[in-house]
Amino acid sequence: MRTGGSVGRVRIRADGRVLVRIYAIGPRGVSMTESDLSAPALAPSQGPVAASMLDERPRRLKGGIGAADRIFRYGAHGSGLVVLVLMTLVGLFLAIRGAEAIRAAGGAFLTEQDWEPDSGRFGVAAVLFGTISIAVIAIAVALPLALGTATYISEYAPPGIKSFLVGVVDLMAAIPSVVYGLWGMFWLEGNLLPVARWISAHFGWIPIFRVDRFDPDDPLATPTVFTASAALAGLVVAMMVAPIACSVMREVFAQAPVGEREGALALGASKWGMIRSVVYPFGRGGIIGGTMLGLGRALGETIAVYMVISPIFVINWEILSTGTNSISSLIALRHGEASNFALSALMAAGLVLFAVTMVVNFGAGIIIQRSRSGESS
Amino acid sequence: MTTTPASLPASSTPGRPMPSGPSPAPVPASSTPGRPVPSGPSPAPVQRRPINPERYPRTHLPSAAAQAGPAQGEARRNLAKVRREDVLRAVGAASAAVALTAWLFSQILPARGALSFVVVAYLLFLGLFVALIALDADRMTVWDRVAGVVIHSAAVVLLLALAVVVVFTLARGSEAFKHLNFWSDDMSLAGPLDPLTMGGMAHAAVGTLIMIAFALAISIPLGLTCAIFLAEFPSPFARLVRTVVEAMTALPSIICGLFIYATYVLAFGLDKSAFAASLAITIMILPIIVRSADVVLRLVPATLKEASLSTGASRWRTIWHVVLPTAKSGLTTAIVLGTARGIGETSPVLLTAGYTTYFNFNPFSGPMVSLPFATFTLVKSPTPSQVARGFGAAAVLMVMVFALFWIARKLGGKGAGVLTPRGERRAREASARDAGRFASRGLRQAVADFEDAQRSAGFPGGLPADPPGWRTAQDSGGPQ
Repeated sequence: MRTGGSVGRVRIRADGRVLVRIYAIGPRGVSMTESDLSAPALAPSQGPVAASMLDERPRRLKGGIGAADRIFRYGAHGSGLVVLVLMTLVGLFLAIRGAEAIRAAGGAFLTEQDWEPDSGRFGVAAVLFGTISIAVIAIAVALPLALGTATYISEYAPPGIKSFLVGVVDLMAAIPSVVYGLWGMFWLEGNLLPVARWISAHFGWIPIFRVDRFDPDDPLATPTVFTASAALAGLVVAMMVAPIACSVMREVFAQAPVGEREGALALGASKWGMIRSVVYPFGRGGIIGGTMLGLGRALGETIAVYMVISPIFVINWEILSTGTNSISSLIALRHGEASNFALSALMAAGLVLFAVTMVVNFGAGIIIQRSRSGESS
Repeated sequence: MTTTPASLPASSTPGRPMPSGPSPAPVPASSTPGRPVPSGPSPAPVQRRPINPERYPRTHLPSAAAQAGPAQGEARRNLAKVRREDVLRAVGAASAAVALTAWLFSQILPARGALSFVVVAYLLFLGLFVALIALDADRMTVWDRVAGVVIHSAAVVLLLALAVVVVFTLARGSEAFKHLNFWSDDMSLAGPLDPLTMGGMAHAAVGTLIMIAFALAISIPLGLTCAIFLAEFPSPFARLVRTVVEAMTALPSIICGLFIYATYVLAFGLDKSAFAASLAITIMILPIIVRSADVVLRLVPATLKEASLSTGASRWRTIWHVVLPTAKSGLTTAIVLGTARGIGETSPVLLTAGYTTYFNFNPFSGPMVSLPFATFTLVKSPTPSQVARGFGAAAVLMVMVFALFWIARKLGGKGAGVLTPRGERRAREASARDAGRFASRGLRQAVADFEDAQRSAGFPGGLPADPPGWRTAQDSGGPQ
C-alpha cells in the first residue's frame, strides 16, 4: 500500500466555526483527525498530524524533453554555431590573408604612405589618415546637428509633428549611401567651392584651413584646388551619420525621467536649464554612444566617399584642398586589378579598418550600457 | 501548490500580460518547503472557497475597455509654449540681421557668396536677438532663449539638408523615370548617346530583387533561429556568439564584399554572379538582423513564457505559439530594416556581381547589376543621358527603401506584446473560444473526475463517505 497521501475536508458551520477533517494514509491505514480552526490556539498535541499534512518535501521534477523539443534545441544551437563560424571565418580569413602582406611590409605598413604592393612599397599611413580625417570632419559637423535635432524633437517639437519627425530622421538613416554620394558629387561640390574659397581666404591663418596652392590675392586663382577635398567627403558622410546619431540620442532623451524634469522646473530652472541639468546628464551615454556609432559608420563608408574624392596617397593636412583617401575606397579602387599579393595587402588594409571600427563600436556599446539611461536596454 | 481543475484555463490569452497586474503570488506557507512549519494545521484549507462551480475564477476575458500593455511610466506634460513677445523678437531680430548683412555686404565687407551671407546674417541675428531679450530679462532667460533658437536652427539645418538630398535626387531622376521605357527596358539596345526614350533600368531592378531575395532566403531563417538561440538558451556559448555578432555589425560593407570576392570568386574559381553578391549581402545584414531580433525577443515578458510552460507546453511550442507571435512586430521591423540596408548597399555588389546592361535572370552565372551599382556606374559617365539614368535608378532605389520603411513603420514599432486593435480583438475571440471549450466540458464533470482520480491514486479503499455538509477540499502531498 502506498503511503503519504492526505485529504482534508472542510465544513463552515452556520455559526461561523470552521471544522477541518484530515484523512491521512499511514502504515496502519487511513486515520482521521478533526480540528476546529476557528479556535484561538491549537493544541500542541495536534502538531504531528498537521506536520504530516504539510509533508511537502520538494518533489523531483522530471521534465521529459520530447523529440521535437530536442530537435529544436539542437537546431537553435546549430544556427548559433553557424553564425559564429561564419563571422569568425570572415575575421580569421582577413587576418590570415592580411598577415602575409603585413609580414612582408613589416613596421613600414603603418608608416609608409605609398600603395604599390607589387613593388613592395605600401602602407596604410596615408589612407588611414584620410579615413580618420574624413570621419572626424563628419563627426564634427554631425554631432552638433544631431544633438540639436534630437533635443528639438524630444523637447521642443509640438506633439503633433513629433512622431512625424521621428519617422523622417529614422528614414534618413536608411537612405542608401549612393544617394548621398550623388548629392555630394552633383550638388554639394559646386555649392561648396565658394564657401571653401571664402574660408581659406579669411581663415587661412588657421593651419587646417590653409590651402597653399591658392592665393587669395590673385583674382584669377582657380577654385578647382578646392574640389574633391576631405571636407567635401566629410560633409557628405556627416549627412549620412547625423540621422543615425540623432535617432540614438533622441531615444535616450525621451527616457529622461519625468519626475526629475518637473523637479528641475519646479525649482525654477528654465527650459534650457532643465535640459542642461536633467536631460543631457541623463542622456550622456546616448550622446557619446550615438556619436561613436556614427563614427563607426563614417569610418567604414565606401561608396559615398569613393564618389566624391580624388584619391591620393600622401597625407594631406589641408582639408579644403583637393585629394584625400580612405581605406574602403582604396579597396573599391584597387581590388579589380590586384594581384594575389596586392589582394593580401588590401586585406591587411581592410583588417586595419575593421579593427578601428570594431574598437569604436565596442566602445560605443560599453558606454551606452554603462550609462544610466542604458541600464534598461 | 494545490491543483484545482479551475486553475488550468488561467493562461488562455496569449499575447497579453495578465491584466491583474504582476503575476499572482503563490500561497506563501504551503508552497515553500524550506520554511519552518508553524505548529498547528495548515490554514490553507480555510482560504479555499468550497467548490462551487459558478463561483470559480474563470478564464479572464479582457474587455475592450481594459487597460492593455505593460505599466506606463508617468506621462510627460506638454510644456511647449510659444510666447508672443518671443516671436516678435525673433522676427524683428531676423529682419534687422538680414538688412544689416545686406548693407555690410554691399558697402563694407569685401565678401560675397550666398552661404557666407547666410552665416553672417545668422550670427548677427543671434546677437540682435540676445540684445532684444536682454532689454527686459535676466541672464538665465537670455540663455534659455538663445539655446532654444540654436536648437531650432540645428534641427532646421539638418532636416533641410536631408530634404535637399531627397528632393534633388527625385528631381534629377524624374527626367529619366518619367519615360515608361525606363521601367520596362534594359540597356542592351541603348548606348550612352541614345536619348532617354530608349533603354531603362528594369534589369537593375530585377537584379536588386533577385539578390535581396537570395540574401533574405539565407539570412531570415538563420538570423531568426540564431536570435532565438541567443534569447532563449542563455549560456556562455550564447554570450560568445552574441559578442561576435555585435562585433560583426561593425564590419564595413566593403569587407564583406572583399571576403566573398577572395573566397567565392578567387579561391573557389567561381564566376562573379548574383549569388556571390547575395552571399556578401547576407554576411552584411545577418549580424544586423540577429542583433535587433535578439533585442526584441528579450523584451518578451517572462511571465508569458512561464505561463505557457506551466500548462505543459514544450519549449518549442512555447516559442512558436507565445514568443514569436508576441514579438512579431519587432521581428518584422528588424527584418525590413535589414532588407532596406541590404538593398541600398553598393560595395558588396561592386566587388562580386559585375556590371551588365541586359537582363540576366540566372543568379548563378553571368554578371548581374543592382540599382545602387548601376547608379554608381552610370553617373561616372560623361554623357548627360547616362547621368540622368543613374539618377533615375537612385530615385527608384530610394522609393523602394521608402516603401520598405513605411511597411516597417506600419507593421512594427510596437513593443513586445502590444497589440493592434485588430490583434486585440483576435486575442479576445481566442479567449472566448477557450472559455467556451472549458465550459462545455463541464466544470462539475471535471471536479468529479479529479476526485475520482485522487481517490484511486491515494486511497485504494476509498474514503469514508462524506457526511452531509462536508466537502473534499485539498490534496496535499500525494502518493510518492
